[in-house]
Amino acid sequence: MSRAAPEVSVDSVTGIDVSLALAGPGARSYAFLIDWHVRLLLACAWYAAAALLYNGTLSVSAPTSPPGRWFALVLLPAAAIYFLYHWVLELAMRGRTPGKRAAGVRVVARDGAAPGAAALLIRNVFRLIDCLPLCYGVGLLAVMLTREHLRVGDLAAGTLLVYEHAATLPAGLSPGSALDATGAEIVQELLARWPGIEPEARARLARRVLERYAGAAGGVPAAPEGEAALRQALERLLRA
Amino acid sequence: MSARGNGATRARALTASLLERANRWRDAEARARRLARGRSDDAGDATRMADDYRMLAHDLARARTLIPDTRTREYLEGAYARAHATLHHGAWHAGHALLSLFRDELPAVVRELRLYILWSTLIFALTVAAGYALIGRYPELIALFASPDLIASVEHGRLWTEGLLNIVPSAVLSVQILANNIVVSLFAYCAGFFFGLGTLYILGLNGLMLGAVFAFVGQHGLRAALLSFMVAHGCVELSVMCLSGAAGAAVGEALIRPGNVTRAESFRLAAARSGVLLAACAVLLVGAGLIEGFVSPDPRFPPWSRVTIGVLYWLLMAALLTGRLIPRRRAPD
Repeated sequence: MSRAAPEVSVDSVTGIDVSLALAGPGARSYAFLIDWHVRLLLACAWYAAAALLYNGTLSVSAPTSPPGRWFALVLLPAAAIYFLYHWVLELAMRGRTPGKRAAGVRVVARDGAAPGAAALLIRNVFRLIDCLPLCYGVGLLAVMLTREHLRVGDLAAGTLLVYEHAATLPAGLSPGSALDATGAEIVQELLARWPGIEPEARARLARRVLERYAGAAGGVPAAPEGEAALRQALERLLRA
Repeated sequence: MSARGNGATRARALTASLLERANRWRDAEARARRLARGRSDDAGDATRMADDYRMLAHDLARARTLIPDTRTREYLEGAYARAHATLHHGAWHAGHALLSLFRDELPAVVRELRLYILWSTLIFALTVAAGYALIGRYPELIALFASPDLIASVEHGRLWTEGLLNIVPSAVLSVQILANNIVVSLFAYCAGFFFGLGTLYILGLNGLMLGAVFAFVGQHGLRAALLSFMVAHGCVELSVMCLSGAAGAAVGEALIRPGNVTRAESFRLAAARSGVLLAACAVLLVGAGLIEGFVSPDPRFPPWSRVTIGVLYWLLMAALLTGRLIPRRRAPD
């Protein structure tokens, strides 16, 4: 049985709390791994491109006594990309990075708003502690032991890592529909995923849905034979 | 049975009327996204946002009761959270934030942390004296604090800094030094998380090393040369070491003695407060790094000019920390 992610409620002037689902160690690690690869690739790409242009030959090796220009044009930007990646992108993307976006999470302040530059800076400076002794050992331990799944940087900056809610709205119910909202969503999802499901499995699912909801709809034949008929019956049920 | 049937019909009707508002939710969400990304300069959008927020709150409350386990409710939770974040995001102007940081917040934090600054300076001074005394008494222990190259160079009567610019250009040297110093300062601050012990360790170790190296070069008649090398950048660099130690100590004490708030809250408040001091440290270290790369190893700078640069930069730091560098604008009479 799956358990819903723990949530934090934020007070609102409307009297209706804003509910934020907290991301755990899995989502964090997933986002971090993607970000780590992205920033490493970007830094290496910069280094390689700048070194090739600087050397003017097909070599990316540093000159024997590298001058200041090599340092300023090749090494420094690559290091800046690697070390400032999280802070700059979280600031520019309002608490997100490409990795966090892929994991469906974002950083927010405790009032649910996007965190400020200072909070994000503190959050990322404390990576120095979180990454100890290796592979983010302290950070992972903190995430697993704290109720709100916070690493040391989040504790210091007062930030949370939360899931972004699904951004797609299911098609509405027609007024007077015999389906309830849950039923309508099930039928819509089954029809949307119809081509990707094994024929036997989709027929079985369609029959179960029709057996449950068709009686209430009235006029829709329960569990007809044939795949095409089953699909049409589901569509009629949705429109009924 | 009939009452239950009526209740179900009523709930179904309420749900259907709720779901009829889906287009308004979509519009509200799109507006919140536009405003959050700064892609809307329409004043109408901004004013409609407040109405959207109330509408979403109202509909979400109904959805939580009528259709709690549906995607529609999830969608509304997301749209409401987004509207909340957009509406509560304060205006932020980088220039104004920076000015306020250095003009108002920094002096206030320095005043608040003055006891920590005093204590960390005292601890640093004591460890410098301890390192000096230790190597004065047992010179062979210098291998614990200095690299073999440094020891060999001093034993041959030359400072390791001589001819440094022949090996590394000033710009490269500056960046290497300031990056290294900033990382040490950040570590001294972050290590406060270990109940202040990490900060004490970094402060103590750096103090011991400095004292030990001074004693060692003194034994080989190079003390004046080392002082001449250090004076231009060292005044601020060593002060910054004490400041970041103070920031780390404040974080450590917040964890040891949280007072009337929870330990986590106390840690957060201390980290945010002393983080301001650390931002100033980073800026000061950039200047110190440039001096250390361009002035300190360059033999063309005579000792008096190095002392002048060192003292002036230290006074500039003191003025910045006490709020005298950027005066507040006087209110009109």
